[in-house]
Order: sequence, then C-alpha cells, then structure tokens
Amino acid sequence: MQHTIPVDEIGPWGQPMAEAVQKCVHCGFCLPVCPTYRVWREEMDSPRGRIVLMKEVLEGRLEFDEALPYVDRCLGCVGCETACPSGVGYGELLTSFRGLAEASRNRSLLDRVLRWFVLTTLPYPARFRWGARMGRWAKPLRGLVPGRLGNMLDLLPSTLPHAERLPEVYPAEGPRRARVALLAGCAQQVLAPDINWATLRVLAKNGVEVIVPQEQACCGALAAHTGAAAQARRFARHNLQVFPDDVDAILTNAAGCGSGMHEYALWLRGEPEEAVAEAFVQRVRDVTEFLADVGICTIARLEKPTRVAMHDACHLVHAQGIRQQPRELLATVENLELVEIPESDICCGSAGTYNIEQPQTAAELGQKKAAAIGSTDTQVVAAGNIGCMTQINTHLIHLNRHIPVMHTMQILDRAYRGIPIDQIYE
Amino acid sequence: MERKPGGLMNASKLFEQLRRLYPPDRLLTRPAQLAPYESDGLTAFRARPAGIVLPETQDEVIQTVKLCYQHEIPFMARGSGTSLSGGSVPIQDGLLIGLNRMNRILQYEPKQRIAVVEPGVINLAVSQRATFDNLYYAPDPSSGPVCTLGGNVAFNSGGAHCLKYGMTSNHVLGLKVVLPNGEVCQLGGDSLEMVGPDMTGMFVGSEGLFGVALEITLRLLPKPEVYYTVQAAYDSLAKAGDAVTLVVASGLLPGAMEIMDRLSLDAADAAVGAGYPSDAKAILIVELEGIAEEVEAEKPRLHELIEKSGAYLVEVAKDDEQRLKIWTGRKSAFSAVGRLSPDFIVQDGVVPRTKLGESLVEIDRLSREYDIRVANVFHAGDGNLHPLIMYDGRQSGALERAECLAGEILRHCIRLGGSITGEHGVGLEKRGYMREMFGESDLEFMFELRHAVDPLQLANRGKMLPMAESPVLTTRGAHPLEKQGIISRE
Repeated sequence: MQHTIPVDEIGPWGQPMAEAVQKCVHCGFCLPVCPTYRVWREEMDSPRGRIVLMKEVLEGRLEFDEALPYVDRCLGCVGCETACPSGVGYGELLTSFRGLAEASRNRSLLDRVLRWFVLTTLPYPARFRWGARMGRWAKPLRGLVPGRLGNMLDLLPSTLPHAERLPEVYPAEGPRRARVALLAGCAQQVLAPDINWATLRVLAKNGVEVIVPQEQACCGALAAHTGAAAQARRFARHNLQVFPDDVDAILTNAAGCGSGMHEYALWLRGEPEEAVAEAFVQRVRDVTEFLADVGICTIARLEKPTRVAMHDACHLVHAQGIRQQPRELLATVENLELVEIPESDICCGSAGTYNIEQPQTAAELGQKKAAAIGSTDTQVVAAGNIGCMTQINTHLIHLNRHIPVMHTMQILDRAYRGIPIDQIYE
Repeated sequence: MERKPGGLMNASKLFEQLRRLYPPDRLLTRPAQLAPYESDGLTAFRARPAGIVLPETQDEVIQTVKLCYQHEIPFMARGSGTSLSGGSVPIQDGLLIGLNRMNRILQYEPKQRIAVVEPGVINLAVSQRATFDNLYYAPDPSSGPVCTLGGNVAFNSGGAHCLKYGMTSNHVLGLKVVLPNGEVCQLGGDSLEMVGPDMTGMFVGSEGLFGVALEITLRLLPKPEVYYTVQAAYDSLAKAGDAVTLVVASGLLPGAMEIMDRLSLDAADAAVGAGYPSDAKAILIVELEGIAEEVEAEKPRLHELIEKSGAYLVEVAKDDEQRLKIWTGRKSAFSAVGRLSPDFIVQDGVVPRTKLGESLVEIDRLSREYDIRVANVFHAGDGNLHPLIMYDGRQSGALERAECLAGEILRHCIRLGGSITGEHGVGLEKRGYMREMFGESDLEFMFELRHAVDPLQLANRGKMLPMAESPVLTTRGAHPLEKQGIISRE
C-alpha cells in the first residue's frame, strides 16, 4: 500500500511500521480469521482496516484518539499474520503503534490507576501473589466493584496453590543431551506453579539440564502490548543480562512470554543493546518446539486411554509458528488420543490483559471457544499458555463442562509419573 | 426535465433520515470509520464516502436505496471489498452500503440442489454448508474464503475451476433485487428452465449498476468423486502455454488448468511454502475431476500430452493434503506478490487459448521494453491471463508507466480477439479501454440499458461504463436520449 509515513521523524520504530504498511496489499485475506471482524463485520475492526487507521495516524491525517478505540479492540492474536500471503508484520506494527500512542492518550484517572496497578503487580510474582490474596478477600464484595476492576476480581482463582521456589539448576536424568535456561513466567508462577515443575521434570526425563536464572524478571510482554514501552525495555535489558549465553536455548513455557521475548530486538531497536537482543531472540524457543526438536527419548504412557484436545494458543501458532510440535509430543504418549478443536485458529479471548480491557468481547470469544471444545468428545484440553488456560477453564465451567485444562508439559509429566492426568502435584 | 445530482444539502437531509433508520453503531460517518473503507483490493484507487450504513435486514437495504433515490445521492453496495478492478471503491461523497452483516443462508435445499443466500454470505461458506450432502458451489475465486456472493454476482466472478463449470452467471438461478429507485423485483427463479429473457443473466456482471441483490438463488453441484492433480514443470513459460493448447485441442476438459511463472512461484512459495520445483521457469497445474472411471480413463491421455509438451518434471498430488498445498499456493499468489513489490496491478485480459504461448512471449517483450517486472499467474485453460505488473508507487511516474504497460497488454488481448477482463470486471480500472473493446453502438446500448434502469445514475456511479457515463457526448455531441431529456450529464 502506498504511504507517506515520515519514517525518520517517528524514530527507531518508523522503519518496521512503514514496512508493514507497505507490504499490505489490502487483499482482505485477513478478514475471515480476525476474531473481532468475525464479531462486528466492519472494516475498522479488521486487520487491514487497522493497518489503514495506523497509517492514517502516522501520516498525520488522523488523531490518535480517533483511531485508538479500534486499535485497542485488537486482541493482538496475530492470526492475520498466519493468513497474510504478502507477509505483513502486523504484530510489530501493532506493538510499535501502541508504544507510540501512549504519549498521546487521554486516559481517565480511574484508567490510569488501573493501568498502574496492573503494570506494577502482574509482572512481579511476589506482588501479584499478594494482590491475588487481597483480591480473594474482596471477592464477596464483587457486586460493589464496578467495571474493569470487577473483571479483574472475576479472573482470580479462589485459592492459590503453594509455590515452592524453583531450583537454580535442575539436572538431567541420565546422560545430558542439552542444557537450557528457563523463563518461569510471572502470572504462571503464582496461578499454576506446577507447570514449571512439570516442565523441569519432563525436560530432565529427556536428558535436558535446566537452569532457572534466579534474578530473572518478567519477559515484558504485558508492558509492551499495553504500550508501556519503557518498562518493556527495562525488563528486556535486565533479562539480556541475567540469562546465560552458554546454553543451547532459552525456553519459555507460556506462549505469550515466548512471543514477547521474540520481540526484544524490536523493543530495543535503535538502543545500544539491539544487536545483543537480536542474538538473544535467535535462542528463544518454546519448550514444545525445543523438545520436539531434540526428540523424546523416554516414551510415556497414560494409565487409561484418554482423549486430549490440543488448544492452539495464538502466541504459539500465529506468533511463533508452532502448531505441530506439541501435537507430535503428545502423539508419543501411549494411550493418548489427540482430538482437534473446530476453528482452533481463532483466539479464545484471553490475549494478555484483553479480558480486563475488553471484557465483553473477551467473554464472547471465551464462550465460543468453550462451545467449540464442548462440541468434541475430549476428556482433557492441552494448552501452552497460562492465559488461555485460565480463560478456557473459566468458560468451560460457565458452560457446565468440567474438562480439565492442562499444560502440554503437565500431561507429559503425569504420563511419565503414572498418575491420573488431572492430578495436581503439590 | 432537468435533474440535478445530489448536493451537500441533499446529503444532510439523507443522513437525517438515515439516523432514524439506523442505530449510531451502524451509521458510520467519523473519519476513523470511513478511512478503512476507502479502497478495495486495488489500492491505486481511493475515495471517501460521505457515510456508511451497515444494514442487517432486507428492509433496511430497501429503505436506504429509496432514501438515496429520493435525495439523489449515489450509493454503492459492497461485501468484503476484494475487487481487483476497483469495483468496490466507494463513490466520493456518496453512501456506502456495507452488506457484511447480511450473511445468512436463508434456504438450503440439498434435494433440490439449491441455496438461497443473502448478499453478504462468503463464497466458501456455501460449499462448507453443503459439504455433508456432498454438494458444493462451483465458482471458486481465489478469494473464496473472503469474498461475498453479492460481489460475485455483481462482477460475475470466475475462478480456477470455472474452466469446466462456468462463471458465477452459470450458477445463479434467480435474484431478488432492489432497483436503484427502491423498487423490489424478482429475476429468474429456482430452476434452470425459465420463462422469458434471461434477466438474471443481465444482472449478473452488471457491476452494481442495476441495483443491489437482496437474495441470491444458487445452483449446487454434486462434489466430484475424485480429483487427479498434476503439476508439470517447464524450462520456459511459452512451453507451458503451448501445453495448454495441446490439452484443449485433445478434447480433454480438465476441471482447471493453471500456469504460474517463476516470479509468482517464488512469491507463493515464500507465502505458504508450497514447495514448487525451484528451477522451473513455469509450472502447469492440471486437475482432472469427476467420476472415478472417467478420470481413470483420462489419466494416460493427459500424461501423454504433458510429456509431448516438454515438461521436465511431472508430479501427481498423492493425497488431499498435497492437492490443497498446490492450490493454496496458487490461490495466494496475487497477494503474495506483495512480498516482491510494494505495489502492483493485477491484469485480467483474455486471449484465445490457441494464442497463449504467443501472448506470453509478447508480455515478456513488453516487460523488458518497459523494464518493469511482470509476474504471470493465470487461468490458462480459458485463456484468462493475470499479469501482475510490479511497480514502486513512491517513484514518480511509476504508476503511470505500469498502467501504460498494462494498457499495452490489454490492447494485445483485444488485437488477438480476446477481452479486457475475464473475471475481475471493468470497475474503475478498465473503463478507459471500454471504447477499444466495444463498438460505439454496443456501448450506446449499454448506456440505454443503464439509463432505463437507473436514470439518475445512482447505483455504483462511475464504474464500468466509460467516464461520465456519456462517452458519445464527448465525441459526437448530445446523445439522442439527452436531446429527449431522458438522460443528463453530471
């Protein structure tokens, strides 16, 4: 598409943004895969429509305030990138645009307070745990809590599992085949610490030694995707320092964190650390991608024949192009039958803080996802992202379908340990 | 009789009344709501409408058209806006009727093999609905998962498999339409046997000039029992073209015959990883389809012809997955060219199938002469070329030169006895060639028809018919109808 974006005036993000706009040929192949277009069926809520809006703003023909309501409704699922034949880097455009827009936003006081609250608690496990406990006490008062604050309360679990500190090194069982570093994930550590432990055990079982850098910070994805560019850069810089160089890969087991870390070079564009970030990004892999690559060396077996449906997290399948690997891993498990979920490419509505920011749309998508899962005869849902897991679990319960939602690593772990698939190990 | 086209005063009155008809979220007038609708699949053209309505019922569409007629405001109805000829670019300061929410399949009769759909239904959705009954809707434009049937009807869309089954017009049995004056009428019916002239045929392909389709009755076909998809690689584009001539002359009628040249192969491969042979100058995709015995009998003949044509590598799709991969690559080729060039024009000329090889040589010559890259991907079986002319719109004069090259290709098509459009329609882009394509009296008849149906030229004004819709006036003085006061110039 033609544009007159003043690339140099915009700064380091000018180039990637202009490139994305230029690559878009406005063919519309992104329309049918866009969750918000499927809801509203209007151009402003479609990927190519948002590209036009961002372009208009960057060209100085439209105010940020005019475009932002539509840009904000985007989930950032980047399903459009998978569908795009001409290779538009929509995700980079969106992240950069949200970063740029922040300075021009007129947020209400309540909005600013909420945002401050989210950005100062969620990325810090200790604070988040504390916040979640406080929130639990507030749950009975849910009726008095309006708007988005209420939505946040709804998402909190009634009990928080005990979280044991992760070890600095978790050795491989048998001969060491690889050595990796693991990002523990902030919300994940609090909401479902078992995922990390399951990951450690499964990797160990397959000869992979895991280092968990104790000084690691949040990956920064949450900050970047809500436009808090400076905070995202701080997290990225910190992690660049504390993650070791002498490992075969840097693993994530939450899709959102993985795709966030893949953006480090973008966040640090034009900064002294850009080159380091680029090299770092090359080493970031999802745990399923890595394990499928090195190969399963110990075959696992489930006690009972079990049907497992694979949920494709957008930030795995669209942002990182990881679709087959988790399926390949699960397919190695004896007694496990893989089930496909209809329209598995469509976002479940979790999308980072989306279910706080746009609760109605998030709920609509969550209901659709739960219904799609409910239409299968699956007994367990496998997923690779804590956000999706929370969202899907919530909506399956609403639907009165009590299907456990597990991380792919948890399922492998249960199979190795010969315990029932939905048993949480404390 | 003096008619004045709708002015600003009329527009404000129109919107006052539209506000009574539509809730605020379905009447769009803010800049951020209008900008994303400014163009379609051909971004070289842009226009900003005065407003957009998103009707959800037939009655809302009818009322809207009536109001436009009353206030003499031009309107254009559109679906997903995927036109490659600028056919769904809005009318500057006109009203845009977005039919995307009118996406219900109203009636589905597998026994009768018909479906009645609203105009906003997506092309592929019909086949998806019919798949359990082993039926499908045959026309398969490459944008099938995106484009709407309303748009397919307006532009008589084709697709790879129209070689065997014909275009949209061969699959639309009947239409309920709202005419540009707001009157509703029924054209055709629900069977191929009909009474009177083929009014459905007149409406299909009229590019929105005769009104808006409200209900479309589609013919469904039984799904082919088997597919046999062959991909042949050639060391020259002309050889692939000649292969098509051979197959056609042999009497075989494949479901589809497509050619992609090196540039488009590269683009499609980058987009979907289709895995095309990396050293081929061109590939030919031929698909036999139908009942198993028939296809079985045709296979050896096809292979014999392909061998004779000088293909150096012949592959057969082993399963559905491989077949799909071949087709996904082919169908994403247009958009994938976005990877090679910031801007491009998709041409749609048609040449007699016996002159394919010759035409490809000519396009190659023109490409060199202009020093502009041209990728070729086309429905070879019916002689429908799709040269993709690449340019960089930021360079001054680049678009003009690309258009000039496109024009030469179209003239070449006309010279050989072909046409300026196979399936994308005239839209905004090819209006200038209508006078070269058609004789004066042919065009005059088109104007007469248009003016009989839409004397105010409200429906999709400015598309298909040459500029100002009155070319004869510019060359010969006043048109007889204008003298009689039946038509007027803007």
